[in-house]
Amino acid sequence: MSTDLLYTEVEEDLRSAVRRVLRDRCEVSSVLARCESDEPYDLALWRTLAGELGVAALAVPEELGGGGAGVRELAVVAEELGRAVAPVPFLGTVLATAALTAAGSADPIAEIGAGTLVTTLAVGLTTAPSAPISPAVRVEGGTLTGTVTAVVDLEVADRVLVPATGPDGTGLYIVDTADSGVGRTPVTPLDLTRRFGTLDLTGAQARLVAADATPVLRRALLTAAGVLAAEQVGLAQHSLDSTVEYVQTRYQFGRRIGSFQAVKHRLADLWSGVSTARATSRNAADALTGGDAGEAELAVALGQAYCSDLAVLAAEESLQLHGGIGMTWEHPIHLYLGRAKSAQLTFGTPERHRARIAELVDLPGV
Amino acid sequence: MTDAAELRAAVRDFLAEHDPGGDRLEFLRARFDAGLAWVNYPAGLGGRDAPRELQTVVDAEFAAAGAPDNAPSRNGIGLGMAAPTILRFGTDEQRARYLRPLWTGEEIWCQLFSEPGAGSDLAALATRAVRDGDDWVVEGQKVWTSFAHKAKWAILVARSDPDAPKHKGLSYFVCDMTDPNVEVRPLRQITGEAEFNEVFLNGVRIPDSQRLGEIGQGWQVAMGTLMNERVAIGGGNTGRESGMIGVVAREWRDDPEVRTPGAHDRLLRLWVEAEATRLTGQRLRQQLAVGTPGPEGSAVKLAFSRLNQEISGFELELLGEQGLSYEDWTQRRPETVDFTGRDPGYRYLRAKGNSIEGGTSEVLRNVIAERVLGLPPEIRTDKDVPWKELPR
Ligand SMILES: Cc1cc2nc3c(=O)[nH]c(=O)nc-3n(C[C@H](O)[C@H](O)[C@H](O)COP(=O)(O)OP(=O)(O)OC[C@H]3O[C@@H](n4cnc5c(N)ncnc54)[C@H](O)[C@@H]3O)c2cc1C
Repeated sequence: MSTDLLYTEVEEDLRSAVRRVLRDRCEVSSVLARCESDEPYDLALWRTLAGELGVAALAVPEELGGGGAGVRELAVVAEELGRAVAPVPFLGTVLATAALTAAGSADPIAEIGAGTLVTTLAVGLTTAPSAPISPAVRVEGGTLTGTVTAVVDLEVADRVLVPATGPDGTGLYIVDTADSGVGRTPVTPLDLTRRFGTLDLTGAQARLVAADATPVLRRALLTAAGVLAAEQVGLAQHSLDSTVEYVQTRYQFGRRIGSFQAVKHRLADLWSGVSTARATSRNAADALTGGDAGEAELAVALGQAYCSDLAVLAAEESLQLHGGIGMTWEHPIHLYLGRAKSAQLTFGTPERHRARIAELVDLPGV
Repeated sequence: MTDAAELRAAVRDFLAEHDPGGDRLEFLRARFDAGLAWVNYPAGLGGRDAPRELQTVVDAEFAAAGAPDNAPSRNGIGLGMAAPTILRFGTDEQRARYLRPLWTGEEIWCQLFSEPGAGSDLAALATRAVRDGDDWVVEGQKVWTSFAHKAKWAILVARSDPDAPKHKGLSYFVCDMTDPNVEVRPLRQITGEAEFNEVFLNGVRIPDSQRLGEIGQGWQVAMGTLMNERVAIGGGNTGRESGMIGVVAREWRDDPEVRTPGAHDRLLRLWVEAEATRLTGQRLRQQLAVGTPGPEGSAVKLAFSRLNQEISGFELELLGEQGLSYEDWTQRRPETVDFTGRDPGYRYLRAKGNSIEGGTSEVLRNVIAERVLGLPPEIRTDKDVPWKELPR
């Protein structure tokens, strides 16, 4: 009952620091320009965020070489990155660091923390935290073989954590993407600001990180899904803010379009939705920081079930209320729409999360 | 500053001296005098200037001891709206006179705001208050007054200056509902019962000492009341599945016959929204507790109204044949609005009022759009015109 749904002062300080860097270095026009370039991700920005602000290993315990903060703080960072649709390997890093933390492995944390070594986790991006875990990668004679699709941040990853099944069960391994036997094929993404691709392993060298991958993967997916809810809140907040700004300046019929009640009421509803999304996302972050595993699962499922749809609604309303300009390439709304719609599928659609809630709170189907 | 441990100790000391099984009213009065009624109120007025959030600690301690409570649902307008208004705008004498019997429930309050010609546009109201020596003489008609039939007192807004523009000519009073010149007529509702009333004020004399705030300041005082109304509606401290969603969830669990795939998904969507709305209300209370009240109250009221309506409609569909029946159409005068304790048909019909009472959903959207988002106000042609010249 001691759930804290507000932001602490420390969290607000962290937010301002991240926001300042993003304001200077991650203007949305530059994100748009970058999308079509050879370097869709801004790794220099990532090194600043990681190295100077410590966002990459923020929620990793100090014993393992991380920042010793919790998922609550990580979620605040996610909100800001969502507002800016920042093209940085954040989600892969959250997955990887949460997995390493759950595995109790300090191995590449220092480099991940510094932003010099990008690491991701080889699970399909649409995998829900409660989905059955049956990796397509096999351990054969100490090397890994198999294919994993939709691995986030794969193109820029230096290391990949790979769940793989061998005679001794399903373990978590780490591979170096520069090694032979590691193939990577990028996929053209709907969300231009978040990249993913197919990982092909053919006899790749690997080192064991955890003998039992299942609890590690569950925790990593659960954490990342909870953090994603915060990112969705940030995206929705930006969509709302920028739309409110726009309807204040655009005149039609001799009036600001924001003075029409049909427009005002839609934005009022959206604002209410964002307030609600924020409460559920804070609840998820708080539950992930606290100790109760069952509460955390329910809180994340609830956060995802609500925030995924709300972020899509926010981006869609934003486009509609911008009229024709909203449909153009040079206006950044499509970046937000692509991010919102893709994030709705990421770690399971709202329907999957509702199905999980049904199990957790005993509301069985037919 | 007072903390939870101190409050628990204070309740325990109190219980050592007062028998929770004894006389109910005596117990409640003593609880008020001990500053354990509403902990965020000032000392001497039932509280001890503690954070509002700590009220739950005190209430839980008393409940655990089996102590009687002050039946808050019977005096919602008194506790949620009249009390904070009296605290803020009342004189010392007024606070001392009204707050204790209000809190103990000895005196029920109602709200004489709306009129046939002034609902959403409350500032247009026509009930007149004319000064006569130390009294005001009030003449007019109010409507939709919930629980006027139970009330000892009313908070009343009336026009004291018809020559001023509509917002500037109002004054705010405490009206004695037992005055023979106050006539309360039941208004039968769509539920069959008469929870609200028409109230005729036939030259009611109200002493000037029962005025709250300055003459002509009635609008500001009323705004204070309405702010509290939204917080009260959004701020109920409730657990998971405590509202209407709990009723439907229990039906679902208890009766496999009602389950269909389509209904399952609808139930889960409603469950998610209900839980998300509950958390938003909890976040609002936490903001209030640290002194930064957010405008989330309006969002919670909007969501709560829509959800109650959807859930209660969904419930009738789930119930099939049983959903066709209604418990009882006899006109009754209820004590409270009790959603979870009544039958599904009642819930369905009564929930329709949620998006009208306490400010309609449309008006709340205007409030959010203008006060929170800073969008342009509605075009007003009536602001600077003397009230008596306005079209009606
Ligand atoms: C169950 C119940 C209990 C009540 N209890 C009390 C009570 O105890 N005391 C009391 O004083 N009052 C009470 N009321 C009255 C309530 O406050 C009013 O009904 C309410 O403020 C709406 O006013 P109205 O009914 O005159 O509707 P109107 O103001 O006539 O509105 C009709 C419709 O027009 C819309 N509308 C009006 N203005 C605007 C606008 N500017 N922009 C967009 N849409 C607009 C409204 O949203 C509504 O849909 C109660 C009402 C109900 C239903």
